[in-house]
Amino acid sequence: MELFSNANDFLLWTRGDAFNIAIGIFIVGSIIRVLEIFLLGRKHDFSEPRGTEWGPGLKNIISRSAVDSGTFKRAPFVVVVGYIWHICFFIVLLFFVPHIELIHATLGLKWPGIPSQFVDASTVIAMAALLAMLWHRLTHPVLKFLSTYEDYLVWLVTFLPLLTGYIAFHRMIDPYPMALGLHILSVELLLIVFPFTKLMHAITLFIARWYTGAMMGRKGIES
Amino acid sequence: MNEQTLFELLQQQGVSRRGFLKYCTALTSLMALPASMIPTVAHALESARRPSVIWLSFQECTGCAESLLRSHSPTIEGLIFDHISLDYQHTLQAAAGDAAEHAREQAIKDNYGKYLVVVDGSIPLADPGYSTIAGMSNLDMLNETLTGAAAVIAVGTCSAYGGLPQADPNPTGAVSVSSLVKDKPVINVPGCPPIPTVITGVLAHYLTFGSIPELDSLGRPKVFYGQSIHDRCYRRPFYDKGLFAETFDDEGAKKGWCLYRLGCKGPMTYNACATLKWNQQTSWPVESGHGCLGCSEPDFWDAGSFYNALSIPDGDYTRAAGYAVATGVVLGAAVGFTNQKTKATAAAQHTNVTVDDFSLNKKNK
Repeated sequence: MELFSNANDFLLWTRGDAFNIAIGIFIVGSIIRVLEIFLLGRKHDFSEPRGTEWGPGLKNIISRSAVDSGTFKRAPFVVVVGYIWHICFFIVLLFFVPHIELIHATLGLKWPGIPSQFVDASTVIAMAALLAMLWHRLTHPVLKFLSTYEDYLVWLVTFLPLLTGYIAFHRMIDPYPMALGLHILSVELLLIVFPFTKLMHAITLFIARWYTGAMMGRKGIES
Repeated sequence: MNEQTLFELLQQQGVSRRGFLKYCTALTSLMALPASMIPTVAHALESARRPSVIWLSFQECTGCAESLLRSHSPTIEGLIFDHISLDYQHTLQAAAGDAAEHAREQAIKDNYGKYLVVVDGSIPLADPGYSTIAGMSNLDMLNETLTGAAAVIAVGTCSAYGGLPQADPNPTGAVSVSSLVKDKPVINVPGCPPIPTVITGVLAHYLTFGSIPELDSLGRPKVFYGQSIHDRCYRRPFYDKGLFAETFDDEGAKKGWCLYRLGCKGPMTYNACATLKWNQQTSWPVESGHGCLGCSEPDFWDAGSFYNALSIPDGDYTRAAGYAVATGVVLGAAVGFTNQKTKATAAAQHTNVTVDDFSLNKKNK
């Protein structure tokens, strides 16, 4: 490797300049996308409100996480595997102690971690769920027809941090700084791709759910 | 000068055969060799003639030599070190000035092609004046001494990877031995300082086999640097259980929990401290309550704070994030207002469709 004199050099780059670039693109992109939504605005509703907006809006953010029976009947695989993936992913992201340290250093928030064996198991389950999703996408004729390159890109940048994290945790690449550097780099790739793809749903879902709930609330309908 | 064998010298120092074999057994296991190799090691060490060693000290603090000499005494490691034929070491030798330099030249001449060169300290390339010995630049002395060397052992992180002198902004243009020496085998024995047993272990390997040990990608003997501190750390079970010391004097610290959150660099550091320990196997940094600094790794001085966890970004990310927020708001507003304008223009140009537009009569008119 000519660019870096050794693996430590590479690790330092991923923790330094590369992180700054990635977090910069992530923030710029996300703000543009969110502002774009808000500045588009909605027409003023002149009708008399029949209920409140904030309460139902916030409730909807939570309640829409529950399984919808109609969706479950139509696509049980997507619902079950989707839940497994998201739960395991958040366990790995939020409860592995090195990750908590990162969040504490950058955002100042802190909470207790869990034993690394649980994180390890969750990583494996999350990877299996993602592989099952990919298999489903490739074998379901309608889904395959509807899939674009973006779907596969999003899958890849989501899968890589899990794979490299697993490799780094089990020290399957020597030397370790190379393994850790690759893991951090893969997350930076995810951060860069995030605002410009459907990964943005992790932010926009709050806006969309709130808006639906608030709109229904104003009309006095249960959402 | 080199007539006596090592074993004869050890006997003169009062080391029993039992003690000697015990050392050979420990050394054999240390070098990850099968137990059947013990007699080979013992025989090789018994009959080994004292190899000539020229020790060059460049930009260093003498800590590496101190580690070896003052470690604990008397030990067989120490005696082996005493009884290599150390023909030049400017801190230790009695001779000074021309006589000292003459000893080095004589050793090169007498043992041409067979002697070992030990280097501690980095070599300044920015200006030779930063470090000279007898009016000779470090680079010139290294090149001259290496002409007839069998191998070079870079002792300490400064000579192995540049170490402290090479730390940013590297005013002296310090470089490691391996970045200069391409035509001789270079064994890196990094550490700040390296473990004395590791230094003598490498010498013993050379005495036993007449060859250099197997090295990793950073030129370190795999037998001593093959495993990370983290993997051999006695606090590792706490890491896996998620039990961490939060400060140096909290309950967790007193209970011996993992020091990862306090900045321990054990996961990325390859060294033998966790198994060999220091001061006659008394303790080692992590056991004494402080995280590993990663001193046997390249760039360890530039790897951010010793007290930051390994997973924490190292750069000025707050500033990067600040700029990003400002840029995002400006660009987002620009995109948003452009969209509003597009929407307003579309609305302005919109014409309503009436039922007349669908009338056939209208077209016929």
